[in-house]
Amino acid sequence: MRFAVLQFPGSCDEVDALRAARMVGEAELVWHRDRDLGGADAVIVPGGFSFGDYLRAGAIARFSPAMDAVVELARDGGLVLGICNGFQVLCEAGLLPGALLPNANLRFTCRQVELDVVSGRSVFTSACTPGRRLSIPAKHSWGRYYADAETLASIERDGQVVLRYAPGCNFNGSINEIAGVCNAAGNVFGLMPHPEHAVEKLTGGSSDGLCIFRSMQLALEGARA
Amino acid sequence: MRVEGAGRGLRARVLIRPKAGILDPQGVAVERALPALGFTGVANVHVGRLVELDVDDPDQLEPMCRRLLANPLVEDFEIIVG
Repeated sequence: MRFAVLQFPGSCDEVDALRAARMVGEAELVWHRDRDLGGADAVIVPGGFSFGDYLRAGAIARFSPAMDAVVELARDGGLVLGICNGFQVLCEAGLLPGALLPNANLRFTCRQVELDVVSGRSVFTSACTPGRRLSIPAKHSWGRYYADAETLASIERDGQVVLRYAPGCNFNGSINEIAGVCNAAGNVFGLMPHPEHAVEKLTGGSSDGLCIFRSMQLALEGARA
Repeated sequence: MRVEGAGRGLRARVLIRPKAGILDPQGVAVERALPALGFTGVANVHVGRLVELDVDDPDQLEPMCRRLLANPLVEDFEIIVG
């Protein structure tokens, strides 16, 4: 399987995303001005501060030419993973419900968080045991997930909430402790914490993040078989 | 990139505010800081953004706000021309 990892001016986690993706498949960087994803089956929109977070985090990056290709890939059923700033970009692009707001604690916070895998049915967590708790790092200042009451009811009802912060870990004040959501079709997923930083115990505190990439591999290689 | 001769028409201001009912931690922080400086009797502080721009066609301001300047899911905007 082949990943494209987008790179915007101000991205900073694309190299770790590339490395994590290469643990389960092939992966190449794609500059944001490029509309060609090189035949990728999956796209990772990485973390960082695209366009300096000017205006709102992700607001300007969503209009980059590469995002047209991401919208097309999503429409055709390809997998799209947005991590941190990538999650913000996907929400701004309307590929995911809701929005990310400044942390309730008003601080840039960098810490290990525990996450509960809510939906074992999601293709992004199928390699994780349902109910399993993942320990992965989070680092952001605009991570408070928000959706209006109607949207919230529908994503909860339809099983689009994929990850929740474990008790004591929701430092940003996300509604319903939501750490990661997917779209209605289930092929676009965004989360604030960083699975790509937790693929090796030595540097990531755990290798729990790997299960997200393994799940994507399982979904794509299963689809091809 | 600034285009010479473009957008010289009308001065406009766009005020962007967090929607009512959504926690505004910046507003809360400012509201808590004021009494520490001796300013009492202050309530309902909210912090938003101001975008100033010159536009040839003020009818474009609303779509600009909906698509880029504001996020209508979480922000209200007010357009003031002139």
